[in-house]
Amino acid sequence: MIAALTSLTVLGTSLGLILGLAARFFKVEGNPLVEEIEALLPGTQCGQCGYPGCTGAAQALANGNAPLTLCPPGGRAVVAALAARLGMEADLSGVEDAGPRIAEVREELCIGCTRCYKVCPTDAVLGAAKHIHAVFSEACTACGSCVDVCPTEAILLRPLAPTLQSWGWGKPGLQPLAIAQGMAA
Amino acid sequence: MKLFKMRGGVHPEARKADSSERPIRILPLPPLLHVPLQQHIGAPAKPVVRVGDKVLAGQLVGVGQGHVSAPVHAPTSGTVVAIGDHPAPHPSGLSAATVTIAPDGEGRWFEYEVPADPFALAPDDIAARAGAAGIVGLGGAAFPSSVKLDASRQSGVDTLVINGGECEPYLTCDDRIMRERASEIVTGIRLIQHAVGATRALVGIEDNKPEALAAMRAAAAATDVQIRAVPAMYPMGWEKQMIHALLGREVPAEGRSADIGVLVHNVATAWAVQQAVCQGRPLVSRIVTVSGGAVVAPCNLEVPIGAPVQALFDVCGGFRTTPARLVLGGPMMGQQIARTSVPVVKGTSGVLALTQAEIGLTRPAPCIRCSTCVRACPVGLLPLEIAARVRSDDLAGAVALGLKDCIGCGSCSYVCPSGIPLVHFFNYAKGDLAAQARSKAKQETTRKLAAERSARIERIAREREEAAAARKAAKAAKEAAARAAATTEAAA
Amino acid sequence: MTTIAHSPHARAANSVSRIMATVMLALVPVTLFGFWLNGWPAVYLWTVSLAAALVGEAAALKFQRRAVKPALLDGSGVLTAWLLALSLPPWAPWWIAVVGSLFAVVIAKQVFGGLGQNVFNPAMAARVMLLISFPLEMTIWVPPMSQPGLLDSLAVTFGGGQLDAVSSASLLGHVKTEFSRGLGLEQALAGHYAPLEALWGRRSGSLGETSALLIFIGGVFLLARRTITWHAPVAMLAGVALPALLMNLVAPEHYADPVYHLLSGGVMLAAFFIVTDPVTSPNTALGQLLFGLGCGLLTYVIRTWGSYPEGVAFAVMLMNAATPLIDRNIKPRIYGRTRQGAPLMTRHAKKDAA
Repeated sequence: MIAALTSLTVLGTSLGLILGLAARFFKVEGNPLVEEIEALLPGTQCGQCGYPGCTGAAQALANGNAPLTLCPPGGRAVVAALAARLGMEADLSGVEDAGPRIAEVREELCIGCTRCYKVCPTDAVLGAAKHIHAVFSEACTACGSCVDVCPTEAILLRPLAPTLQSWGWGKPGLQPLAIAQGMAA
Repeated sequence: MKLFKMRGGVHPEARKADSSERPIRILPLPPLLHVPLQQHIGAPAKPVVRVGDKVLAGQLVGVGQGHVSAPVHAPTSGTVVAIGDHPAPHPSGLSAATVTIAPDGEGRWFEYEVPADPFALAPDDIAARAGAAGIVGLGGAAFPSSVKLDASRQSGVDTLVINGGECEPYLTCDDRIMRERASEIVTGIRLIQHAVGATRALVGIEDNKPEALAAMRAAAAATDVQIRAVPAMYPMGWEKQMIHALLGREVPAEGRSADIGVLVHNVATAWAVQQAVCQGRPLVSRIVTVSGGAVVAPCNLEVPIGAPVQALFDVCGGFRTTPARLVLGGPMMGQQIARTSVPVVKGTSGVLALTQAEIGLTRPAPCIRCSTCVRACPVGLLPLEIAARVRSDDLAGAVALGLKDCIGCGSCSYVCPSGIPLVHFFNYAKGDLAAQARSKAKQETTRKLAAERSARIERIAREREEAAAARKAAKAAKEAAARAAATTEAAA
Repeated sequence: MTTIAHSPHARAANSVSRIMATVMLALVPVTLFGFWLNGWPAVYLWTVSLAAALVGEAAALKFQRRAVKPALLDGSGVLTAWLLALSLPPWAPWWIAVVGSLFAVVIAKQVFGGLGQNVFNPAMAARVMLLISFPLEMTIWVPPMSQPGLLDSLAVTFGGGQLDAVSSASLLGHVKTEFSRGLGLEQALAGHYAPLEALWGRRSGSLGETSALLIFIGGVFLLARRTITWHAPVAMLAGVALPALLMNLVAPEHYADPVYHLLSGGVMLAAFFIVTDPVTSPNTALGQLLFGLGCGLLTYVIRTWGSYPEGVAFAVMLMNAATPLIDRNIKPRIYGRTRQGAPLMTRHAKKDAA
């Protein structure tokens, strides 16, 4: 009886001590995961996810408060990368992947106010005050910041049309294959 | 002589006799030629003509841009009537930049300088002439030939392999060109050999083409070009399979044949090199097989680049029945097209109008793991396992099983008893991986841009602050100075 | 609008139902022989097996709300029931066939996800289940050529009873029993075993396992049609014959010779029709060799030192379980790569390394 009590007590205290010491000595300053996750996000700080910039989103993801599919400009690639890093099952069906999109300025409506130019996180809007603006497609992430500030609703996001270089086969059996126009001679 | 044993491969019904016994005919000029500016792997050519310009046959209409590219020439004399988008010979049905020429019917050639003795030319001059003539691999890959010649000369190859395999069913364009133009081909082979400094040249021809073998042997008799018969099986025309059959050498994964000292060109490419160097004729036409069960009179045609596919079928008597599928290239790797207005390009080896019976469609059934695909794969992959990964969106798993080593030959899909579109799964996965890579690259760019922008905004804010501080300091100094002056004044 | 199809635009004349039909065709001679040898009860048993499998599979598919017709028409369920029937005692009661067939197609196949998804060979899984659950019914054999009339046969299959009157023992079971009584091999075999008889099959045994010759002919037909490859069958026969030869050389008075082992029980049927099952066998030639060898060796071990007289079904199921392991570890070498998957060295790389 006494032997059992002593051994259990000794076991309990020593293990508790080890745990306590481990907690002190192996303490992690900050969460390294946040930085890693931030590196996976687009980094344009567009705020579409509802968090203050990509750092905020990364923190939310690391704490498990945000879904993997929170980043609209990132598309499926970012979801897959996040899922791989966080060891989670990615539910891609929920991602509204409209495919790559790009902002387009309708010249007849643009008044050259430069508001879009000022908010674009990637400097993708070209132009100057009192001049019609244009969008540099290589830099546009379709984050939509410019759409929100445009006073004349001259900017809209349109899907990027596939080219011969970007076109690819659909997944067999799940969606209709490439559909082309009828057999016109 | 020794031939090396190959693994994998299939024996589809050849169907070559339909078109192989008729001589090559010249396609009458159609009313319009649609010459795409990109008919090759690499950057598209840039147009150097304007609408309304008169052009001669062989005249440059598009100049190659960048390192891997090829120029485009006018197939015949006539007038440029449009430069713009025209449906491309591509399964997407999308359009591509195209120069449209209305032939004047005179066929006047642009005169290029022709060397008296082509074998006296410097090796790099031959490569340059092939490049200027817009020659690309005519076996179907359409890779710019001059790039291959330059790279091979620089890395040093000892053996030139000329691919006369033509393993795709139906296609007989290489067979016919070897029968009818063997001596030109042999000259072309010797020119290529000269251009890269290879010590020997081997021509591999499938043993189901005895006439082509005989014609090539006769033409090569006085030269040191060696003609070899290789067993008929698909995909013998895959260049690595051909290298293995003839030499027993294996090209390392992720590498090129030049890595093991071998350069491979197609027989028709050798003919095009001869035409360019000895005749001063750029690549403006090619031999195309017109065949398939729905075609009345299958045959081979010499077709100007840009001729609409419909014109080819018309010359062959039109359709016997409504074709179930139109295919550019062979049935194993060719691509379906939706309309016959698309043009013939440099890489078009055949146009097929197939009936439902020839396609042999069945409803896809579940995989029974029979591993027929494993036995058929010439690369040594496990198609059933890779397809299962792709089906469940495990692209990383598919890549780990060798997805990127797949050559897309279609042997697995061809033999699958369940009718599973295996190679479609693989090409979908490859396309998806490419799209992901593109979006990742773009993300890198935009991330850099965003970082630059925030740095700039910070800098501007800081500069503004500094400027404000400086102004404040200056003002304070001035005031202090004024005060000091006032005090001294008062004191004085 | 035209749907654009991916290449290839040609297909080999081949389909799942054609494969199944070819295998069934190869089974016809041995099945007819079994009918002739064992009379009408064998015909009834076979029919009941197939019918139960069809009904069971249709019900299972319906329950899963999957298309019934294409799955039934592929013939895989019928083939499973056919193979199971061939491995049953010919005068077994009808419910043995029903329970076995239902277990095979519903539990061993549909529960795993249907055609192509099952881990274990359904026919062998059902046979093992029957052997463990109904040892009496599964080990009562009849002397060859005891052919009751049409009606008497109905009583045999559907009526129950009457079995004791005609019971006999299969060779393997008989030898096992004699061994347990302390008799030597020679005494045990005396009057019970003649290699020639075993070859063409006039003896007691399962419905379709007695005629080694007819099974072999069916197997050769499948090989000639390229429906199966030689690897697994040859390896399985070798796996049985080699240890038998070895042990026979060491102690001929106690261990039977390889011919005895090859010709008795279900070895021949399994070698050509069971271990060649595409679904539950490995993908590669080397994997199939290993798989067949394992089946053969385990069969011999179970027969010789296990408590059951016949070990084929157990051996096959054990190796079925090992198949994913084999497939995971044995893969073909990819062109241009080493077995480990690294690209081959180029000339220049080799020169640089040297």
